[in-house]
Amino acid sequence: MSNEASVHEQSYLGAPHGLASWLLTKDHKRIAILYLISITIFFAVGGTFAAMIRAELVTPQGDLLSSDLYNKVFTLHGVIMIFFFLIPSIPATLGNFLLPIMIGAKDLAFPRINLLSWYIYVIGATVTLAAVFNGGVDTGWTFYTPYSSMSSNTSVTTAALGVFITGFSSILTGFNFIVTLHRMRAPGMTWFRLPLFVWAQYATSLVMILGTPVVAITVLLVAAERALHLGIFDPKIGGDPVLFQHLFWFYSHPAVYIMILPAMGVVSELVAAMSRKQIFGYSFVAFSSLAIAIIGFLVWGHHLFVSSQSIYAGLVFSIITMMVAVPSAVKTFNWTATMYKGAISWESPTFWIFGFMGLFLVGGLTGLFLGAMGLDIHLTDTYFVVAHFHYIMVGGGVMGFLGGLHFWWPKMTGKMYNETAGKIAAMLVFFGFNATFFPQFIVGYMGMPRRYHAYPPEFQFFNVLSSAGAVLLGIGYTMIVIYLIYSLIKGPKAPANPWGATGLEWKIPSPPITHNFSEMPVVTEEAYDYQHAPAPQRGVK
Amino acid sequence: MSTPTTTRHPKLQEHFYNMDQQLEASTLGMWVFLVTEVMFFGGLFMAYIVYRHMYPHAWVEASHELNWQLGGLNTMVLIVSSLTMALAVRAAMLSEKKQQVFYLLTTMALGTVFLVVKFFEYKAKFEHHLVPGPHFNPALEQGMQIFFSLYFMMTGIHAAHMVIGLGIMTYIVINAAKGTYNAEYYGPVEVAGLYWHFVDIVWIFLFPLLYLLGRHGA
Repeated sequence: MSNEASVHEQSYLGAPHGLASWLLTKDHKRIAILYLISITIFFAVGGTFAAMIRAELVTPQGDLLSSDLYNKVFTLHGVIMIFFFLIPSIPATLGNFLLPIMIGAKDLAFPRINLLSWYIYVIGATVTLAAVFNGGVDTGWTFYTPYSSMSSNTSVTTAALGVFITGFSSILTGFNFIVTLHRMRAPGMTWFRLPLFVWAQYATSLVMILGTPVVAITVLLVAAERALHLGIFDPKIGGDPVLFQHLFWFYSHPAVYIMILPAMGVVSELVAAMSRKQIFGYSFVAFSSLAIAIIGFLVWGHHLFVSSQSIYAGLVFSIITMMVAVPSAVKTFNWTATMYKGAISWESPTFWIFGFMGLFLVGGLTGLFLGAMGLDIHLTDTYFVVAHFHYIMVGGGVMGFLGGLHFWWPKMTGKMYNETAGKIAAMLVFFGFNATFFPQFIVGYMGMPRRYHAYPPEFQFFNVLSSAGAVLLGIGYTMIVIYLIYSLIKGPKAPANPWGATGLEWKIPSPPITHNFSEMPVVTEEAYDYQHAPAPQRGVK
Repeated sequence: MSTPTTTRHPKLQEHFYNMDQQLEASTLGMWVFLVTEVMFFGGLFMAYIVYRHMYPHAWVEASHELNWQLGGLNTMVLIVSSLTMALAVRAAMLSEKKQQVFYLLTTMALGTVFLVVKFFEYKAKFEHHLVPGPHFNPALEQGMQIFFSLYFMMTGIHAAHMVIGLGIMTYIVINAAKGTYNAEYYGPVEVAGLYWHFVDIVWIFLFPLLYLLGRHGA
């Protein structure tokens, strides 16, 4: 890079300098980094609450936390992990960073709105934290009425407003992605040449823009009921609290797909790159993302099997719920077929995607148990449910996020992390995760209900196992933060394409220049053309 | 990345390649945003349908408490404001500065009339003890309080959108007066217009649903 190159030709990390240049940036790559820092902080906060839960559950007596405090702790764990970590995790960080580059654009269509979405996230987070310090919230992350609207005397209104505000940050991200994909693709970048990560982001964005406004109005109604008596869920005046559940889950079930679809997109990229083979059944994988997004909007009623919903409605919701398994299985089989006879290399991203597939498989299959109406009556509100959604959201979502982070870290930062540390962390997280959550399936099936700080002594063995696993999990996550930060300081410089992967992002320097491309790229090849891909540059100094 | 053969329009942002791409992106952006707005109001309409089905009689009674003449007047006001907004966009496309400013100011004036009328309607509800909460007239039928909760949420959020719209219009009219918008660059006027029409259309649904349905024969 010559000295006279303009600012836009320099690394996005370097120019310009200073805090203000970051806080006022319109560069999608810098905004992605801002998001990455924020969600990491919230992951740590949410993780601390999780640690408190596991510490309490080591003994059957409710001795460490009072029941009131325990209610607040699991509520905040849920609210923070879902709204402030999982939902923005992949879209706002990897998506923000990669989506424009992958389609050959200089930025997202609305750079200022992109920055605005981060500020909205920060404001929503601040309001929610204000609720934490102002007595906390004890409704569970679901804010079910009439408890949330009439009985709870904690800071429900503030927390609901925090969630309401944060919702708009997610809407703006999805909105920006959709417009960018429709209007900003480089010449030759047709829809069916898009990387599957981009397809997954597109499906996710659809869920974000269609679902999030509904939960926004729903939590606003709860806040209005508490603050202004304008509510509509109050049974005293003839309101129906179950209507809240319908409106809430109309978003919050699809929200699970906001967490898992981007992770699936990451896995599609990584599977192809790590087995150096074209993805098997490209269009099936692409359309299965859309299918999951669409079917995902029609299954919310499976959260209401025991909430006075008619059994006929339940039957329909049960069948549609099972249908989600079809596109999910299409993806899983296609990934497996991609690896078949591929040249699989055992780099740290490979460990994460294998972890993803194992955990997602268990999470997905236990979802079928819960979708079956009869079995669900037994399993409702037990630890079986807790284990199931952690397998999907943490086992699937977080493993995918971390896999993607390890894969694109050299591109984002220009530095290589320690490969051995990466592999050890992946295995620690995988085994720690299973130790934490697999016992919860068993103890849940035996009848241990969720959301209590005390339990019968016969469940202690499983709970001790679970808490011990959580320690491993905590060590694994902490390790990642340490060696990734260490790589920024001492890590060797990353080559442009360490994995020998295809895709426009690997054809530009690591880290990318401010404008991504010095001239407009023209795309002439299909995605995942691994027959003509460059060799990995990892060993090269 | 400017190419040497063509000069870039000063209003072309650097991440777009040309003015067409920029215009298409901003109009598509507004349409996508309006989809989210439909879903946002959709939650309220859903609640409306559920409770109307649950309390059909109370809802007829409650809609009699609304002043359909004032609601009708406001409907007319908004429809005319949509016309003047469309004319403002046309004026921008034809690079007619004076007309642009005139039509934008007319649109804003009509929007303000709407809000003033709405204020007097709300005031009457307070006087008649029709505002949900401890002061709500306890003699009224079960379900009417929910009607008024929805009435205030729906019209209140709609009015909030009107206020935001007036804010946007203020920005647009100031720039229009400076001569910013012309045949080559009229995206912001068009996008603001889309938003304004959407807010009008929401009212076109709210008016019959809240004021008119079930009034016949009374």
